[in-house]
Amino acid sequence: MAHDHHDHDHDHEQEPPPDIALRVKALESLLVEKGLVDPAALDAIVDHYEHKVGPRNGARVVAKAWTDPAYRAQLMDDATAAIAELDFTGRQGEHMIAVENGPGVHNLVVCTLCSCYPWPVLGLPPVWYKSAPYRSRAVIDPRGVLAEFGTELPPDVEVRVWDSTAEVRYLVIPERPAGTDDLDEAALAELVTRDGMIGTTLL
Amino acid sequence: MNGVHDMGGMHGFGPVAPEPREPVFHHRWEGRVHALNLASPTRGNIDAGRHQIELLPPADYLRMSYYEKWLARVEQLLVAGGFVTAQELASGQADASAPKSTPVRPAHTVEAALTAPSSYIREAAAPAFAVGDRVRALNLNPTGHTRLPRYVRGRVGVIERLHGAHVWPDSHAHGRGEDPHQLYGVAFEARELWGPDAPARDSVRLDLWEPYLERA
Repeated sequence: MAHDHHDHDHDHEQEPPPDIALRVKALESLLVEKGLVDPAALDAIVDHYEHKVGPRNGARVVAKAWTDPAYRAQLMDDATAAIAELDFTGRQGEHMIAVENGPGVHNLVVCTLCSCYPWPVLGLPPVWYKSAPYRSRAVIDPRGVLAEFGTELPPDVEVRVWDSTAEVRYLVIPERPAGTDDLDEAALAELVTRDGMIGTTLL
Repeated sequence: MNGVHDMGGMHGFGPVAPEPREPVFHHRWEGRVHALNLASPTRGNIDAGRHQIELLPPADYLRMSYYEKWLARVEQLLVAGGFVTAQELASGQADASAPKSTPVRPAHTVEAALTAPSSYIREAAAPAFAVGDRVRALNLNPTGHTRLPRYVRGRVGVIERLHGAHVWPDSHAHGRGEDPHQLYGVAFEARELWGPDAPARDSVRLDLWEPYLERA
């Protein structure tokens, strides 16, 4: 179920007008009255994005790629099919590409024109990903953006920025942390973060 | 269109502000707006939907939160599509004489609709470029929807991947059909885009349709 969140301490850069909740309620009532929208469908959509998709999905993909060389090969060859094998399919994940971090290469994903993001594997994007500071600077100053996430890369590391300008969505495969040889796939998935799969942080 | 939405390379917006433990929706109304966009009869043309947001006046675009823009979009598309009248939107009351519709997205179809595999790949003429080809992004300034950001126009890159022919947003957004064209992953060196102060090894990759490109 949808629920309100009053416990966050985030200052919105763009605080919406105070009557917007009423405006949305009025619009929903109007559309329901006219038979244009099923209110139970709205509940189901909110539930899907609050509870059924999210970065835990992407983390499973990454952990499987770390532990299963055949799966990793398939993921790099055809990420859409490899991710569909785990049943992560649908809107904003129609065409997937996995990009691997490795020694000397770091990948970072952005959408400068709007807010394209791989919903089936990462859920809905965080506010900062959709914000003007990130969208404007990720392409011209990726290292400055990374520093704001506490990610400092040596100058000899190549930074590859992926601007999602079409219906192709990118998933960063972070490097497997050192000292994790004894962890199984489920334990490894716990180490994989959303920001690591966008590329703003290392694991 | 050369709108304020085309933000790549702009300065002055300040630092990125990550929020720890961010909820999916900060307010209940945000989730409802998200769902209204996906369930209302205006859904279906993702390119037209993106363009509707680009058409917001620039000052409004920068001031409004993400879901405030989504609310404006669905309201405008509902009126433009003839699903509700401006009068109904303003009053919140349905015109008593209007016929009652049937929802295009009933609840029992939601999960399948959100998770169904789908594709933007279509049949089109064979690709003009191959992996390794040097291409220049054309200096195009269309007044309608385009996915060719200003920061690559006129710049030279290398074809890195062939994605197949995809629906072309420049046509599809305006109801002129899908007009599919070959889509390429193109790599641009950071110095080609931003000049000699950019790190020598860094690069930016974009997915660009064939009509945006010429051989370099």
